[in-house]
Amino acid sequence: MTEAFRDRIDIALTVNGEAVEGRVPAGRHLIDFLRLDLGLTGSHASCEHGVCGACTIHVDGQAVRGCLMLAAQADGAEVWTLEGLTETGVIRDLQDAFVERNALQCGYCTPGMLASIKELLDMGGVPDRATIREHLSGNYCRCTGYEAIIDAVESVAKARAGEAAA
Amino acid sequence: MKALAGGYARARDVTHALDLLAQADGMGRVLAGGQSLIAAMNMRLSTGDMLVDISRIADLRGVAVEDGCLRIGALTRHADIGTDPLVATHAPLLVQAVHHIAHAAIRNRGTIGGSLAHADPAAEFPACVLALGGTIHLQGPEGVRQVAAEDFFVDVFETAIEEGEILTAITLPLLEAGERHVLIETARRSGDYALAGLCVVKRAAGHRVTAFSVGPRPVLAMAAMERLDAGDTAGAVDALRAEIDPPSDTQASAAYRRHLAGVLLTRALHDLTGETA
Repeated sequence: MTEAFRDRIDIALTVNGEAVEGRVPAGRHLIDFLRLDLGLTGSHASCEHGVCGACTIHVDGQAVRGCLMLAAQADGAEVWTLEGLTETGVIRDLQDAFVERNALQCGYCTPGMLASIKELLDMGGVPDRATIREHLSGNYCRCTGYEAIIDAVESVAKARAGEAAA
Repeated sequence: MKALAGGYARARDVTHALDLLAQADGMGRVLAGGQSLIAAMNMRLSTGDMLVDISRIADLRGVAVEDGCLRIGALTRHADIGTDPLVATHAPLLVQAVHHIAHAAIRNRGTIGGSLAHADPAAEFPACVLALGGTIHLQGPEGVRQVAAEDFFVDVFETAIEEGEILTAITLPLLEAGERHVLIETARRSGDYALAGLCVVKRAAGHRVTAFSVGPRPVLAMAAMERLDAGDTAGAVDALRAEIDPPSDTQASAAYRRHLAGVLLTRALHDLTGETA
């Protein structure tokens, strides 16, 4: 291997508001770095080829697939996993609505769902059900509890819009 | 599964990226948004790649009107194309395409240059650039060169990009008065690859029609275009069905795809003229 290419890469990034450093194999994807190296198992790994959405996290303010980004590419990035989104309380209303509406059964898809929905809700307004469904089209729930999930998103969007107007 | 990369290097600029590719002994692989490449690596369809990460090269990102063309940097992401005002003005076909490409989280990372260089026969952007008569800009050790979209797509996942070259930008003609674009496709689920899809561009000089997911590369449907220019809609549908040679697979049979392409052309023409079916 030439000098320029590394099979282990040193990275420094922010995860859930805390500075983190690591040395990662070139092929390690970000979700494995978060789960296996940092022990942040809240965001899930599942299909590992970008289809299921279970690994959805936030990188530099956008929802992305944690399995379709290398940890090496996250050098300097600001990453938020479900742990950080939970602890900061930014999706507390959404999490409460999930419980209230029974919008999860086995719960495996839930972290990715919440991360995707956060991006939609942050856009503001009250999306119609078709828009919610389309936004979540890349997040699979194999318990097929989609209707309750959409109910939860819709109720939170309405509640937030009501607060904004009040 | 887990990816097995040979090595990783982050390019500072295009010259650095070209140097890195030259050092990679033929194992060099350009990493942009990674939304197809990393999936392929995770599935071990590609192993031992010497990854040249170009995703931080700021010069390769963004949209501008330059020299009478719309210039789109290779690293411009799908989500940005979907909201860019210049793209909306001059290449609304691309905006329509964005809504069909995968899902929101993938559109946040995927790049137009990556889509063209990857050349998936079911992808929307290659067919769009071909329908718009775009030009692909490449840079290599010998300098820069331009390839017309008609000459760029060679086969499944195969393009005119030579070893050691990088796709840097796409240029498209500016929208002319009265020009109309329609992209239409059928997929089993939102965000899935299309079973068949069409791009239709109507200009004063005539129609341009491309079909995707009906063969190893996007097809410029010359016979259908000639019939449309003659005002023969039914003839165009027949001509399109005759000039494509779609594959059969687990998603759809060749006969179904051929039938679907004709149906989509009829619908696209209705969208174009505003008349109901």
